[in-house]
Amino acid sequence: MNELVITRHNEMIDPHLSIWGWEIPVYLFLGGLVAGMMIISGYFILTGRTKNTLCSCFRIPIIGIVAISLGMLALFLDLEHKLYVWNLYLNFKWESPMSWGAWILLIIYPILFLGLLIRIPEEVGKKFPKINSLSIKLREKTQFVKFLGALSMIFGGLLGAYTAVLLSAFSARPAWNSPMLWTLFLASGLSSAAALVHLIGKDPTERHLLAKADNSFLIAELIIIVLMIIGFVSSSQVHIDAAKLFLSGPFAATFWVFVVFLGIVIPFIIQILSVNNKIPHTNIAPLLVMLGGLILRFIVVYAGQYSHWHRNFFIGY
Amino acid sequence: MARYAMVIDTVKCVGCMDCVVACKTENNVPEGFNRDWIAYETIGKYPTLHMEIRSERCNHCDNPPCVYTCPTGASHISEIGGIVLVDYDKCIGCKACIAACPYDARFIHPDGYATKCTFCEHRVVQGLDPACVSTCPTHCMYFGDLDDPNSQVSKLLQSRKYHVLQPETGTKPQIYYLI
Amino acid sequence: MEKITRRKFLEISGATFAGATIVASSNRAIESAILDNENKKGLVKIPSYCSICFWKCGLIGYVKDGKLWKLEGNPLDPLSKGRLCPRGNGGVGQHYDPDRLKAPLVRVGSPGEEKWKISTWDEALNYSARKLIEIKEKYGPQSIAVFSHGPGGAFLKHTMRAFGVKNFTAPSFAQCRGPREVAFELTYGEIIGSPERTDIGNSRCFALIGSHLGENMHNTQVQEFAKAIAKGATIIVVDPRFSIAASKAKYYLPIKPGTDTALLLAWINVLIEENLFDKDFVETYTFGFDQLKEYIKPYTPEWAFTETGIQPELIRETVRELARNKPASFVHPGRHVNWYGNDVQRLRAVAIINALLGNWNHRGAFFKPVKMDIPKYPYPPYPDVDYDVVYNPDNQYPFAGEEEGLTNGVRSATITGKPYPIKAWVVYGTNLIQTLPNPSETIEAIKKLEFLLVIDVIQSEIAMWADVVLPESIYLERYDELNISPFKVPFVGIRQPVVPPPHDQKDGWWIARKLAVKLGLEQYYPWKHIEQYLKFRVESAGLSYEQLKKDGVIVGKEKPIFVEDGLNLEFSFTPTQKIELYSTQLAEKGLPPFPVYERPPEPPPGYFRLLFGRSPVHTFSMTQSNPILMDMVDENEVWVNSDVASTFGLNNGEYVRLMNQDGVVSNKVKVRLTQRIRPDCVFMLHGFGHTSKRLKRAYLKGTSDSELITRYDIDPIMGATGMNNNFVTFVRE
Repeated sequence: MNELVITRHNEMIDPHLSIWGWEIPVYLFLGGLVAGMMIISGYFILTGRTKNTLCSCFRIPIIGIVAISLGMLALFLDLEHKLYVWNLYLNFKWESPMSWGAWILLIIYPILFLGLLIRIPEEVGKKFPKINSLSIKLREKTQFVKFLGALSMIFGGLLGAYTAVLLSAFSARPAWNSPMLWTLFLASGLSSAAALVHLIGKDPTERHLLAKADNSFLIAELIIIVLMIIGFVSSSQVHIDAAKLFLSGPFAATFWVFVVFLGIVIPFIIQILSVNNKIPHTNIAPLLVMLGGLILRFIVVYAGQYSHWHRNFFIGY
Repeated sequence: MARYAMVIDTVKCVGCMDCVVACKTENNVPEGFNRDWIAYETIGKYPTLHMEIRSERCNHCDNPPCVYTCPTGASHISEIGGIVLVDYDKCIGCKACIAACPYDARFIHPDGYATKCTFCEHRVVQGLDPACVSTCPTHCMYFGDLDDPNSQVSKLLQSRKYHVLQPETGTKPQIYYLI
Repeated sequence: MEKITRRKFLEISGATFAGATIVASSNRAIESAILDNENKKGLVKIPSYCSICFWKCGLIGYVKDGKLWKLEGNPLDPLSKGRLCPRGNGGVGQHYDPDRLKAPLVRVGSPGEEKWKISTWDEALNYSARKLIEIKEKYGPQSIAVFSHGPGGAFLKHTMRAFGVKNFTAPSFAQCRGPREVAFELTYGEIIGSPERTDIGNSRCFALIGSHLGENMHNTQVQEFAKAIAKGATIIVVDPRFSIAASKAKYYLPIKPGTDTALLLAWINVLIEENLFDKDFVETYTFGFDQLKEYIKPYTPEWAFTETGIQPELIRETVRELARNKPASFVHPGRHVNWYGNDVQRLRAVAIINALLGNWNHRGAFFKPVKMDIPKYPYPPYPDVDYDVVYNPDNQYPFAGEEEGLTNGVRSATITGKPYPIKAWVVYGTNLIQTLPNPSETIEAIKKLEFLLVIDVIQSEIAMWADVVLPESIYLERYDELNISPFKVPFVGIRQPVVPPPHDQKDGWWIARKLAVKLGLEQYYPWKHIEQYLKFRVESAGLSYEQLKKDGVIVGKEKPIFVEDGLNLEFSFTPTQKIELYSTQLAEKGLPPFPVYERPPEPPPGYFRLLFGRSPVHTFSMTQSNPILMDMVDENEVWVNSDVASTFGLNNGEYVRLMNQDGVVSNKVKVRLTQRIRPDCVFMLHGFGHTSKRLKRAYLKGTSDSELITRYDIDPIMGATGMNNNFVTFVRE
């Protein structure tokens, strides 16, 4: 029997952490989505496969700018000392994932803007001929376009990984403290991004391609989840307890139903059938994937706050 | 440079929360929040029980994850004896430090910044003990410089058995509990 | 109740106009002195003494830019030794409490309805004076009873005594220390007193019976307790609950509740049978040892085991430890000791064990308290009143005494009208609804009254029922009676304002004086302002009033308080002039001269004995409106043994209601499952479950133990209420 009574009762801290509400999971989801989009678009641009992937390559930057701005708005809303936010950009602290994130987000904007500039919408081009000519000039510099694709991939990757490293760096919270978390968030970001293109893309070839890609991301995600849980349960007691949060604890039902089953397994099956032309492409699968990605962020953010280190008793005895 | 630490004798502590109340008035800690608190931990089965009572607070770690995770440098290690402090004017209230602390010692002040125990730095620079130490009716708390081998805290750690909280998190906490 | 007409007001205030103006003007002088202090920038330190409990520790108030910042112990004070307890430190919260009483209130609704008219002091005091005079004229002065707890009531009692009142009571006797004081007075001719005359700090071994030091935060006592722990004293704790003190003990005796006397008799048995007692001491100073030796024979540890559940060997081992360390060993007499209705007998056993250990006035056990010699103020003599006190008709409880009186005796007399009717209560600083067991009886009594005047700092439950509520300034805002407690060194402490009262609150002395003036008793107050009174007393003792104001406390010359320091032992206040192991006084009244063990009633199946105790951060039901202390502990929990809880399907942290043996159901209360309590009882903190809506922080937080204590067993020796014979079961929402 071990009874622990603590007299502290701090708001947002006790009985377990509740410092982060909806804002952070939404931000992490949007960050992951944009990361995935940047990698996908960067990849197609870099490899020059832009012909049938117009949506991936040239609609993504504008969606990205909107999505990441919404994400940053959510992040800002979460800050408790908002008027002091400019302190983020007074220095760079290399040990702090949050500081990394702040600067990565800052660099992403010009990349997305340049991506946008490469092929601007026709109406905009007509209205602003100067921008139009700049756009054309840039497009013709193939080396530059490729470089931009590479940058997009690199910073997309950094962004996607950072959204998870932000959490996994907190060794005080065992449920976040997994070396696999960044791969999971990256895979989830990619699959959500693929699903988005699948959803909004008009070119059937592109949709088909992205559905296929999405399937491999989903499979990767599933494998990572299994590996992550194995990692937890084969670790120390606090990590075993962290795994229990997902396996049998308060987050288990939501996790298995919404993330694994509805977010991965079902859309995977639907998409397998549709890429093999057994059924037509539907919007249900990509919607489920994105919803699963969002719920995954919620569960991870909440479970991490729920998990904690055990208090020791009598090391000297 | 000094290395300030607190040594708390769990054998003498009765868990009366005097340290908590003294901290509240000394530092004007807002209602509903605690910078320090009491943990009562009991093992065994009635009537064969053992209870340890601890006055807990920020451990002013030598290896403070809250400082590392802070994106702005608001959380920092002070030049005054390694005390971990928050510069409220640099804090953006991102709460990363709260998530980083395995002791859950920090909280958000109603004014928006992260705060916690300061070892009563304002008293320490005047040569006084922190408020909790100086009010304890059981005299179970000691504050001093571990770099000075002749300080009371150094001597206590040489002569008595002790433990620290969650050493496995690697934070090198500087609150020592005598057992 | 009659309505107060404007004209009647004018009549009364006109009659007392002259006196009132003088008081008012001198009060203005002092107020402006405080206001100066308020306007000062920077830090001002003002010494005073605490009143958050009745230990009266010396404090220093820190005022920053005119605002109360914090309190610290006064290092010159022998009680606090520079360190306040958590309640003392939290006194700041009482000053800032937004729910405190702010202006005099006169009831306009029906009693208990909490409908009030905010009134002026003149109105409220005129009305009160008129009611008291009316009742005195109609029923005589004996029909007025005064309940007063704490040093602040000194002046009110003076006023009421001058008015012809004799029925004074305080819950500190019949609901707290009474049985202890009577038992020791019967045995030694001297009481234990407050602060307790125990020398814990120097003790090598001591036993605590139900005394939960560390949760009970009487400052000096806890400081000494920690000192004893640090020095490695052997601590023996006898308690059905694994208290904080138990966690510090070498021996924890998990006694069956209500059987302590059996254990104590067995300890006496072993001390005598094994020849462990102090023979010289017993021979020289005690009376009745041979009879005791005969009497105690059957009470073997084996016999006690069947009653207490404590292994005979553990009983022997613990008392041998006490004997080995004598005379620096003792059995602590406790403080709140009203448990089973035969408590004097139990405490007589405690007194006898201590006598056998030969520890009276020996270092490490008991000391002889010394007191600063400060002359009383030369008031005119009180009027002669010829009637018996109401609370002990026909001397029913032969040792009830008249010092503090029987609160419960006044209550039952008020209900029955016998031996004579009580028509007015004047209540100062005690929340009778929570203090007395079975509040429904208290309310029944209140309903028989024609006038209830309550003076308090918060809207306590008793104030809910009042006709007039007078808001007193808190102890940090007022002058008060001197603190001349008997202790290890003679000393005197002063209470003086640290900050001014924030609203229309007045000092207790001001209220008492003004009431006296309105009652036509101004001649009893030759002084106009309390400082004149204080100065007179202090200076007539040859001390400097200015120094007292500056230092907060003046400590006198040390005197021997231990035999080891040359103190002579004498017991001149018992009939035999010896320590009476055999109580001749009890025998004379036909009561058992040796302690008698009575088996306590058993709980019905499915019920648990209800025990209650103290929190280190609260004083009774007085501190639950204090925002700082409520921030520490804001509700009580019911402690249930986690093994038995499973049979009821109780979960840790869930809310249940408790129902007692008489079907009374409590407010909802949080369950705390723990191994730290016996399976046959439950425990809760006293003082919660407030029903006064004005106490916003405390309203319906936790539950009231008093409400569940519908059964109380009255001690036949002195009339105190034994409150631990109640049984509760759990009722799910």
